[in-house]
Amino acid sequence: MSLLLYFIIVPLGGAFLLPIISRLRESLSDWVGNAITALLLYCSVYGVITASGKTVTYFVGGWRPIADIPVGINLVMDGLSGLMLLIVNIVALLVTLYSVNYMARYTDKGKYYTLFLLMVAGLNGVILSGDLFNLFVFLEITAIASYALVAFGIEDEELEASFKYQVLGGTASALILLGIAVFYQTTGTLNLADASRVIAGIGHTPTVLFAGVLFMAGFCLKAALIPFHAWLPDAHPAAPAPISAMLSGVVIKVLGVYPLCRLFFNVYGITPLIQDIFMVLGVVSIILGVFLALSQWDFKRLLAYHSISQIGYVVLGIGLGTPLGILGGLFHLINHSVFKSLLFLNAGSVVYATDTRELKELGGLQRKMPVTGATSQVASFSIAGLPPFNGFWSKLIIIVACVQAGQMLFAVLAVIGSILTLLSFLKVQRYVFFDALKEKWKNVREVPFLMCVSMIVFALLCIGMGLLLLPQISAVTLKPAADVLYTGLEYATKVLGG
Amino acid sequence: MKGMSVIVKQISRLMYPSILVLGVYIILHGHLTPGGGFAGGVLIAGAFTLLVLAYGADEVTTARGKWRATLGESIGIFLFWFIAVLGIVQGGYFFLNMVNHGEPLQLFSAGIIPLCNIAIGIEVSAALFAIFITMSVLKLGDKV
Repeated sequence: MSLLLYFIIVPLGGAFLLPIISRLRESLSDWVGNAITALLLYCSVYGVITASGKTVTYFVGGWRPIADIPVGINLVMDGLSGLMLLIVNIVALLVTLYSVNYMARYTDKGKYYTLFLLMVAGLNGVILSGDLFNLFVFLEITAIASYALVAFGIEDEELEASFKYQVLGGTASALILLGIAVFYQTTGTLNLADASRVIAGIGHTPTVLFAGVLFMAGFCLKAALIPFHAWLPDAHPAAPAPISAMLSGVVIKVLGVYPLCRLFFNVYGITPLIQDIFMVLGVVSIILGVFLALSQWDFKRLLAYHSISQIGYVVLGIGLGTPLGILGGLFHLINHSVFKSLLFLNAGSVVYATDTRELKELGGLQRKMPVTGATSQVASFSIAGLPPFNGFWSKLIIIVACVQAGQMLFAVLAVIGSILTLLSFLKVQRYVFFDALKEKWKNVREVPFLMCVSMIVFALLCIGMGLLLLPQISAVTLKPAADVLYTGLEYATKVLGG
Repeated sequence: MKGMSVIVKQISRLMYPSILVLGVYIILHGHLTPGGGFAGGVLIAGAFTLLVLAYGADEVTTARGKWRATLGESIGIFLFWFIAVLGIVQGGYFFLNMVNHGEPLQLFSAGIIPLCNIAIGIEVSAALFAIFITMSVLKLGDKV
């Protein structure tokens, strides 16, 4: 099915043409950027519905496998990829919509959309790739585009953050590349499905495990789990708000959590040791991330620390390895994409209106900016896990799964993390939106229409996404994704047949 | 950036056509001999860079010069994309080698690979030259 290809070639083609198009007329780049992300969203909805949980494979260049041994690069869409594609393209569309007005304050929208589309192409490529080295190439496309986008404001703060991000991102890429080299030397193949069969044959030998350790370190750096998190609190706040939303919303998940799951569940086969590593990293991130967030007075920096904490929930849920735990982890992953993107867009709107991110300087904006205020309250309740918002359901599932798996300590720590998150967001609400209106903000106005539309759609998603748990909807979205991870090594058979 | 002495100018003027021809040769024979689009593109960018070093950067660091570099870069990469997409139109597969493969070891052989090499050559030469222009204009602490 060549639909899989459109996720990669359409944004790439757009990115290559935009430098010329935007020269003709600046506003054309808005149209092209939004049209492409809208088309991608349509493709992903269509793809998820038609595939309905089955595995679809596409062979680039027509190089079909010979006697079940793949000779070319293949693209694979199964339940997990479908779910990730859906969330990436929803966030991308709403973020480009928001960028139309927000990015008008920066120079050169053409370059912005070029980099943005390259990033989206890379994200879709990572999700669809069925080949380890190809995955690395797309990962680098995304990473390099995001280095440039973090530095888009070219002030000292942005450049410093981008440099730090590049150094740590480069370290991660080097570790992953070294891991791929060791992996290739041992298994003799780079195709994930084929490698899965080879590893099932030779077992977890020391070299295979060494490659695994390198992958674990590299992808955890990309996912910003706690001992590896140093770049995130600088890079995410420094970027323009739409890019912060993309980075926190989808990039850390697609570059970090998704390859970790794919490699350790579908290629290596999950073992109790790997599960323990996942769960401990997850819980440490939940608790330390939220404590670090509590002491922040910079709006976007606070949100960045919460990203670390929430990714902890995702990894904890997936690391439990039970069907319910994996379902909860993946559900929290997509929920976090939605509410964290919304929170970053809210922060962006506050910056757009007032030009400051300091919580102590703000105050009383609720009456001046009703849409931003209301949507930020929805997002805050979601991230804190209050019913009936989406964050409540996924955290509930993760905590119930912890209890079922007999991990009482982790369940208690997850609850504590959630309470501290609520505390931290009450602080945000009090200092930014409630409290007395300061004299200097009395002329503040609500942000332009398109920015409001984007935030309102995100808020509606926050309220409505609990419905994904309904059996009929879950059967085409969450259930197939969780099954892919739970059935683990059957991935090879599904992709290559036989 | 000012130009250099007359000797340097004359020698670079004599040298640059042959460097250009070598670059084009390496691109066109990419599917037969070592090298290809990237190596040839670097040589072409090197020929232009030599001229800039000898004659000074004033001519190329204008808005028009930068626009030409951007244009070349976009066209090169877009051509590469376009050749790959033609495969879908022709036979349903991205990067399908749909052109007649020809006689092995002849100049006209290997299907789309020489075409891809040409696209890569345009892209790499324009992009490297654009990087060179940017680096020759910017100094530490400058704002773009």
